Amino acid sequence: MLHLKGIQKSFHQPDGTRLPVLDIPAFDVDAGEQMVLVGQSGCGKTTLLHIIAGISRPDAGLVRIDDWEITLFSEAESDRFRAERIGYVFQTFNLLPGFSALENVLLAMRFAGRRPDKARAKQLLGRVGLDHRMTHRPTMLSVGEQQRVAVARALANRPKILLADEPTANVDSGHQQQVLDLVRATCAEENVALILVTHSPEVAEQFDRVDHLEQLNTVAVSR
Amino acid sequence: MSLWKIAWRSIRQRGLASALTAVSMGLGVALVVAVLVVYAVVDQSFRRGGEGYDLIVGAKGGQLQLVLNTVYYLSQPIENIPYEYYQEFTTGRFALDVEAAVPVCMGHHYRDYRVVGTTPAMFEKLTYRDNRPYRFAQGENFKADAPFEAVIGATVAREAGMAPGSTFQAIHGVPEQGGKAHKQDFTVVGVLEPTGTPNDRAMFVNMEGFYQIHAKEHAAANAHHDKQGGEEEHHEGHEEHQGHDHAEHECEHGPGCQHHHHGKEITAILVCADLSKPGITEVLARQINKDTVAQAVVPVEVIAGLFEGIVGNVRLILLLLAVLVVVVAGLGILVSIYNSMSERRHEIAVMRALGASRLTVMLVILLEAILLSLAGGAIGVLLGHGLIGVLSPVIADQTGVMVSPMEFQALELLLIPGLVALASVVGYLPAMAAYRTDVAKSLTANP
Repeated sequence: MLHLKGIQKSFHQPDGTRLPVLDIPAFDVDAGEQMVLVGQSGCGKTTLLHIIAGISRPDAGLVRIDDWEITLFSEAESDRFRAERIGYVFQTFNLLPGFSALENVLLAMRFAGRRPDKARAKQLLGRVGLDHRMTHRPTMLSVGEQQRVAVARALANRPKILLADEPTANVDSGHQQQVLDLVRATCAEENVALILVTHSPEVAEQFDRVDHLEQLNTVAVSR
Repeated sequence: MSLWKIAWRSIRQRGLASALTAVSMGLGVALVVAVLVVYAVVDQSFRRGGEGYDLIVGAKGGQLQLVLNTVYYLSQPIENIPYEYYQEFTTGRFALDVEAAVPVCMGHHYRDYRVVGTTPAMFEKLTYRDNRPYRFAQGENFKADAPFEAVIGATVAREAGMAPGSTFQAIHGVPEQGGKAHKQDFTVVGVLEPTGTPNDRAMFVNMEGFYQIHAKEHAAANAHHDKQGGEEEHHEGHEEHQGHDHAEHECEHGPGCQHHHHGKEITAILVCADLSKPGITEVLARQINKDTVAQAVVPVEVIAGLFEGIVGNVRLILLLLAVLVVVVAGLGILVSIYNSMSERRHEIAVMRALGASRLTVMLVILLEAILLSLAGGAIGVLLGHGLIGVLSPVIADQTGVMVSPMEFQALELLLIPGLVALASVVGYLPAMAAYRTDVAKSLTANP
């Protein structure tokens, strides 16, 4: 379902040189598969997620999701594809502060160019246990509740793949497992592939597939 | 959820800053509204004076002076025209082409108010402002056969505390130059309802009364001259009218005076042409202007020329200043939104990560600027008209023009596209900043 080949990415340095970050010969994830990506801080995990999501472009290589080679997309096509087929859960939730929980979910539908489906948005929020907090703004929700809204929002457009960037890192230990179970269960229900980035060995050990970015990334090896 | 709603939520998110920006825009718009309405008030009070008749016929001379004197009771009369010329309009060669012709005699005052000699037809046959008939707040019109009856304007009645039954003596000439009061009393029989025209500040007496007074005074003067004998007597008789040389005497005393060597004279004739005859006003004016006796002017044209020439420029300057204030307020919107961009870059990056295109986030920022300016516009219109509501009693008192706070000017409609255009211009810079947001960089930066 997801196929990466020859991905290279580097960043400009203040001294004018380029710092290579990623050089991944191949990386694949199957439809509905749930896997964990682990690695040290700064090894390029978030950059890899950005490339898969089409937020960043690689210097070289291709990213294919199903039959779409998204590295060939224009920026507008990439935006639309991301909205429709890729869900993204951020470490810091990134809910839009001016909007209620329900509206945050509806906004994701709006940006996908779809008519906002209120029934689905409510159903998703119900599934993450927030049916009584739908009209609350992010500032009125607990950290755990905010992350659950973020999960509901990421699944709003029935994506093919969910990218979760350390979704439990900012959640208190009591709620970490709850959020993780929720993400895994909803992905399983909707047959969504899950790539979850984490530092936590407790989280990683719950998955059948754990990839170490340092092993995938030849840059990391050479550094 | 529409982009408008997204923009509105973003404005609400920064409530205080947004409100202050909108209010500063509102103050600018209120100024524009005030200039437009004040101009309209001046325009109305100017133009209304000349409505109600088609032509002013008076002595040859400056057209503007004739209009200023006859319509606004300003300046001095040019000269007089013979009473017989007025009869050309009632029974003579122009009679068939006019519906009404009303003579007026100027040159008298009471306190600061002009005393105008005329006939009852002034209030029976003429109208004012959009063909409204004259109505009496108290009493009634003076009668043709009652030479010493008078009708006064609403402002005169209020300021001088006069009512039906009050009496006054008209001063011959200009009070500041030592005009002489006639000993004959005029009795007020009617007070006009406010008209919003210069007539509110005028007093109207039966013209016949003037003729009788002057006839009596001339007879007395002549008797005095006869006693003393000699050619000089005639002039000495006139010296009763103190403070005027002979030229002024003819000019200022002439209206309403019955000079034994000139016969009856009047200052001007207000003419309503028979409009069932197409182009008759122009034909009449041409015929009259061919005569050596008088000239005819179309008051509305002269007033329009005067208004555009003087007041129009003032309005332009005031409007430019007001627009400048709005533009400065528009720059306030730019500063407000642009300053918020650094803290919102993360929010914009999140929207982009959720799939919003560059164009979408750019539009959201532009719509924010437009909403802020429209809110400012609404505040300004409310503030401007509210101010007019508060000031309307003062305006009515000073100018006689009733201004309703609900009276909107057509130009105000231009405010909406104007504000949208301004907002689009000032919103462009922050919108471009949103457009150029580096999503990956902004997402990884701390929110």
